[in-house]
Amino acid sequence: MTVADTAALVADAAGDTPRRHPVAEPSPRRRRGGLAKYFGLTPFALYVLLFLAIPTVLAVSTGFFTEDGAFTFDNILGIFEPTVLATFGSSFWVSAVTAVIGAVVGALVCYAMLGTKSSGALRTIVDSATSVLAQFGGIMLAFAFIAAIGSQGLITTWLADNAGVDIYENGVWLYQVPGLLPVYVYFQVPLMIITFLPALEGLKSQWAEANATLGGTRWTYWTRIAGPVLAPSFIGSLLLLFANAFSSYATAAALISQGSQIVPLQIRSALISETVLGRENMAGALALGMIVVMVVVMWGYSVLAARTSRWQR
Amino acid sequence: MSRASKLAGPVRLGLAPSRVTRWIILGVVAVVFAVPLLSLLEFSLRDGFTGSYTLSHWTGLFDPENARPYRQLFQAIGNSFVLAAVTVGIVLVLLLPTMLLVHMSFPKLRRVLEFICIIPITVPAIVLVVGLAPVYSVVVKIFGSGTWTLALAYGILVLPYAYRAIQSNLDGVPVVTLSEAARSLGAGWPTVVWRVLLPNLRRGVLAAAFITVAVVLGEFTLASLLNRRNLQTAILQISSSDPWISAILALIALAFAFVLLLIIGRLGAVGNRNQS
Amino acid sequence: MTDTQALRTAEWPTEPAASLAITPATVELDGVEKIYGAHRALDGISLKLEPGEFVALLGPSGCGKTTALRALAGLEAVDGGAIRIDGDDVSGLPTNKRDIGMVFQAYSLFPHMTVLENVEFGLRMRKVEKTERRARAQEALDLVGLGERGERYAHQLSGGQQQRVALARALVTRPRVLLLDEPLSALDAKVRVQLREQIRRIQTELGITTLFVTHDQEEALAVADRVAVMRDGRIEQIGTPEELYVTPATPFVADFVGLSNRVPGTLTSGTITAAGATFALLGAAQPDGPVLAYVRPEDVVLATSKTAEGRAATVVASSFLGSLRRTTVRLEDGTLLSVQHEVSVQPATGDTVKVGFRGNPVSATPAE
Repeated sequence: MTVADTAALVADAAGDTPRRHPVAEPSPRRRRGGLAKYFGLTPFALYVLLFLAIPTVLAVSTGFFTEDGAFTFDNILGIFEPTVLATFGSSFWVSAVTAVIGAVVGALVCYAMLGTKSSGALRTIVDSATSVLAQFGGIMLAFAFIAAIGSQGLITTWLADNAGVDIYENGVWLYQVPGLLPVYVYFQVPLMIITFLPALEGLKSQWAEANATLGGTRWTYWTRIAGPVLAPSFIGSLLLLFANAFSSYATAAALISQGSQIVPLQIRSALISETVLGRENMAGALALGMIVVMVVVMWGYSVLAARTSRWQR
Repeated sequence: MSRASKLAGPVRLGLAPSRVTRWIILGVVAVVFAVPLLSLLEFSLRDGFTGSYTLSHWTGLFDPENARPYRQLFQAIGNSFVLAAVTVGIVLVLLLPTMLLVHMSFPKLRRVLEFICIIPITVPAIVLVVGLAPVYSVVVKIFGSGTWTLALAYGILVLPYAYRAIQSNLDGVPVVTLSEAARSLGAGWPTVVWRVLLPNLRRGVLAAAFITVAVVLGEFTLASLLNRRNLQTAILQISSSDPWISAILALIALAFAFVLLLIIGRLGAVGNRNQS
Repeated sequence: MTDTQALRTAEWPTEPAASLAITPATVELDGVEKIYGAHRALDGISLKLEPGEFVALLGPSGCGKTTALRALAGLEAVDGGAIRIDGDDVSGLPTNKRDIGMVFQAYSLFPHMTVLENVEFGLRMRKVEKTERRARAQEALDLVGLGERGERYAHQLSGGQQQRVALARALVTRPRVLLLDEPLSALDAKVRVQLREQIRRIQTELGITTLFVTHDQEEALAVADRVAVMRDGRIEQIGTPEELYVTPATPFVADFVGLSNRVPGTLTSGTITAAGATFALLGAAQPDGPVLAYVRPEDVVLATSKTAEGRAATVVASSFLGSLRRTTVRLEDGTLLSVQHEVSVQPATGDTVKVGFRGNPVSATPAE
């Protein structure tokens, strides 16, 4: 459950029909009461309005206003300042790199899991481990990595003492953007496994057998059949990983205590100090930029998820 | 096995990796992933910078002598549990009844509800917090500045997970039929919900509750940027003076989340067996 | 139009395209064994198919028929015995080198390829050049009556259409042997009946040696030249459908193929006395004693007139099955019998009727 569920949730909304009880339910009959029954929905509606709709609208639109309330494009233009663009660039770079690494390693692990019993011990262990590690909160994860490869970390000292290798020869990179890479991969790989394993298991054995009876080899199976069938799911998962990394804040906040090297950290600066780059509502502009990216990526993911479910019905 | 055994079977067809491949991949990945966790454990046992090991950091956590310097820390942990409880409350009191209502009386709104519960994925915490700051200035005026008000925002964050957990359960239960049967036997709506529907939804509701707790305990973004103190902000803050405690707390929180998720997994497995 | 209509009105080519002409092969399973731990899935089965023959492997679930087929295909490894195609021992050959065509029960079409691309796949594996590949694939699709659907995808076709595409795909490479693993089991009843006839027709025209696995005895009897009945990894009997039905070699075959009444009686020196009539014993000799005789419903004669001969019985129930009637009667000693007769005789529940027997030899098992 957990993160995998969100992926499945988006896929469901994208194209799958919801699972129904095997015995067809009668459709709920309209109860008398007219408008009165809508009252039942108001508490939740109010709640969502106050704590989701309004904040989202605020987040998206404050970028268009100055502190005094005047409409301006100034903040949005601020996104195109070289420093801010560089921040977006760093975010894209980190998200892309960790998404690709996470996707490839995750896919390899999924491949290694093929053929194991779905109720067997190995499967349950992997399921639990990936659930937990995908949720492994940013702060705790950052500390784990500091303990492992920080300046006094276990691995750092072991390498220095036993192999004479100083991984920080060229500067301590763990507390800068490059340090985010291994840490992000740590939760990207489990997320990939959670989202991609169902797709791999959806490969029907008949396809491999038909491939063999028609004269194909393992190579032709993977390149002509399994590969193309898995491609939408793989790319979809890749997009999900990208979105996941792009929107992460806690890990970066723990590792990089000062500075705004990636967009979430830039938002942090914008919220803590009143003005950034001489503009007042940069946080809003940055939030808008982030949402645009997230919407595009998640839309791509839902399209691919719908395609996958169609083929693997 | 006979000579032919290598020629047939899933490995030959490309359906499954050979045993060697499988264990190499899994072994390497498992080792790599264990390293940070083991490092955290090792670190928590280090005796300062002396190079030897001690259990004092672990025992110190429970030593009443340390209660004073750790007071703020324990307060923060307490905050997190209060937040978890309130957030679960929001899920049970707001989300669950609404889901039941939509399922039974407003089937057309199901897609709308689903969409609403997906938005928090696309609008991550770091973005939401930009818009929450002004909202919270109002909230503070009404409810005071206690940390528990953060739960109101947490309820939104957990919507995708809680919705999914409850909905999976809901899809498998013939809610309309059961409630009509109960009503025809004379039950009022409160009885229907309490005695007929909820017992069948126990699995989904529990799963939603546990996931909520796991997410709330691990949440940092909103707490930090809205200037509240919870478990994660405390871990970060205390790390500069006492990194060993941070390591220990991180491990404990991780273990706790692991247990919660294990239980959810077992619940799911049992439920599937019952329904098949 | 619906699938069944299409099957009925399709104008199948009476002469398949030359591109599909094949040279039929002999197939031999010689003492094949497959063992899973303590369980003998295949217990030394031997079966020989003549060139161009259509043989059905029939049996209940778990009898090993699919295992035998898959062993022939190379999808299962065997632990003993030999498998020969055209005299060549193929036991050491992997599946993709055995030159076979196989149709699976379901889901075997590649979902991301069009129908035409699916059919072409085997030719592509054999490195056939593009224009020839297209042409031959199109001819194979025409053969199964789906020539117009080349650009569709699998999920846009009905179950019956998908199986026809699978058949075209299996045949286009001109394999020596055609293997069918319960190809009709996942389809609707009407489609099943019509598609099996089409399969048989195509097979006859092409003359390809075929092994067909099914658990439906009516299906096996309807389409095959010979039927092999399997049970617990062994072949109980191989013969033409008539042989299996009229002279079952074992009680299991007698019970499995067609319907039988199990009538308690006594066996004495090769003659069975049951329900007031005598029958010769069919099959191997058995020791004397109480037995259960297997009497076919159509071998029981029902007469409603009061002056008819035979034993008295009471009608329990009667079903109208379209072209015949099946009536259940109870004899005085309580034995229930199922009788098959013409529809013109219409007994009502509670009527007294007379039953007699045609007296054909019957199989028997010792009664417990």
